[in-house]
Amino acid sequence: MATIKIPPVLRPSVGGEREVAATGASVGELLHGLAEQHPATQSQLFGADGNLNRYVNVYLNDEDVRVLDGLDTPVGESDTLVILPAMAGGA
Amino acid sequence: MSPSGAEVIRSIKGQIQEVDPADVQAALASDNGDAPILVDVRESDEWEAGHVPGATHVARGFLESRIESAAPDRSRRVVLYCASGNRSALAAHTLTEMLGYEDVASMRGGITLWKDRGYDVRTPRALTREQRERYGRHLLLPEIGTEGQLALLDAKVLLLGAGGLGSPVGLYLAAAGVGTLGLVDDDVVDLSNLQRQVLHTTGRVGTPKVDSAEQAIGDLNPDVKVVKYPVRLGASNIMEIIEGYDVIVDGVDNFPTRYLLNDATVRLGIPVVSASILGFDGQISVFKPYDGPCYRCLYPVPPPAELAPSCGANGVLGVLPGVMGLLQAVEVIKLVTGAGDPLVGRLLLYEALSTSFTELKVRRDPECPICSRPPEDISDDEMGVFPDYEAFCAAAG
Repeated sequence: MATIKIPPVLRPSVGGEREVAATGASVGELLHGLAEQHPATQSQLFGADGNLNRYVNVYLNDEDVRVLDGLDTPVGESDTLVILPAMAGGA
Repeated sequence: MSPSGAEVIRSIKGQIQEVDPADVQAALASDNGDAPILVDVRESDEWEAGHVPGATHVARGFLESRIESAAPDRSRRVVLYCASGNRSALAAHTLTEMLGYEDVASMRGGITLWKDRGYDVRTPRALTREQRERYGRHLLLPEIGTEGQLALLDAKVLLLGAGGLGSPVGLYLAAAGVGTLGLVDDDVVDLSNLQRQVLHTTGRVGTPKVDSAEQAIGDLNPDVKVVKYPVRLGASNIMEIIEGYDVIVDGVDNFPTRYLLNDATVRLGIPVVSASILGFDGQISVFKPYDGPCYRCLYPVPPPAELAPSCGANGVLGVLPGVMGLLQAVEVIKLVTGAGDPLVGRLLLYEALSTSFTELKVRRDPECPICSRPPEDISDDEMGVFPDYEAFCAAAG
């Protein structure tokens, strides 16, 4: 099972978890699986066109999936997917 | 009968290699990559009064304990000098006989003969006695030393916000002796700030944050000049405020200012140490224009308001900005002194609840609307521009 790390802003949509285990052979399968299991994340992750929203960065281990094969990037059992929207809190 | 000191020195000079200043000068000037490591073994006050350019200072009293940081490779040629060639002869003997250095020489006649020959002498700017005491623990670090400390004293660092992140950064950079700290904040101290904003005090609730911060910094280190900007950073004042600063520490709490800051700093070539915090989570990176990615390469568009909780009030663990702010302060010191590898092209995430750090790669976007172009091509009208963000925030209340 691969692990998906959930950023603070999405945690309310997944029952407060900081990471969830997920199955799937590609980044897209993992994220769609997440959206199916936790429908509140669907619109936060994906645009109407089915692509990842541009304000969401997704990393497979430490590499941005956009420089890999995007949603088609293959994912292994022990990989970690990091979902990272921009944060601006400073105070 | 025991030999006299003069006899010992004479005998040791017979056992070691001596080299003429002319040969040292020629070896240092040659650019073929095998110049010797030149070490000045005199006392600190003699070093400060003037030394051979390119030399490293290791006082003879610390020779055994510190020579390895100056000359880590024992097979490389080392030339030692002192005032007249006696102390360096003794030191050369020690390095050869006791520490296993393979090719050590003492410069005949020391710096006195060097000067007589008319060769260059560098007189470093010196720290005052009080500064040497105050920054003593920095001076002991080869990565900082006197040169690094002088660089810190000359440095101008601008803190955007004297709040959660700005507090620990401001205090520690002041303690470290950063010579000029600019503070941009138009807020006043509120009781609810004190859970994390350690620059301020209960007695200063109601005072402008820049004044409260100036007081705290002045109490800690009178070497530091504080420049106050009790304003909100915006398109109309940003270029004027940030120009001339060496490093900017970004702790602002909203996206419009972060984009504006990015665009202005790319134009001016100023590195930004950027951090943000939320709840128990923080992230930090260094955006060094044209050396690494900029903020827009990482986040080309801001999230919609419902995913950008900085628009409203949110909880944060009081210690969290302390952790992230101190990581920022370390990066500032590295940028100023040139020590280590700054967090350029890397984003570090910290999760306090699981106590985990995650490092992600950030790459320059070849199509970045800002940093893919030369700085002079970025116009005033483009700075801080992105789709309708303020409307989003306003709608979210």
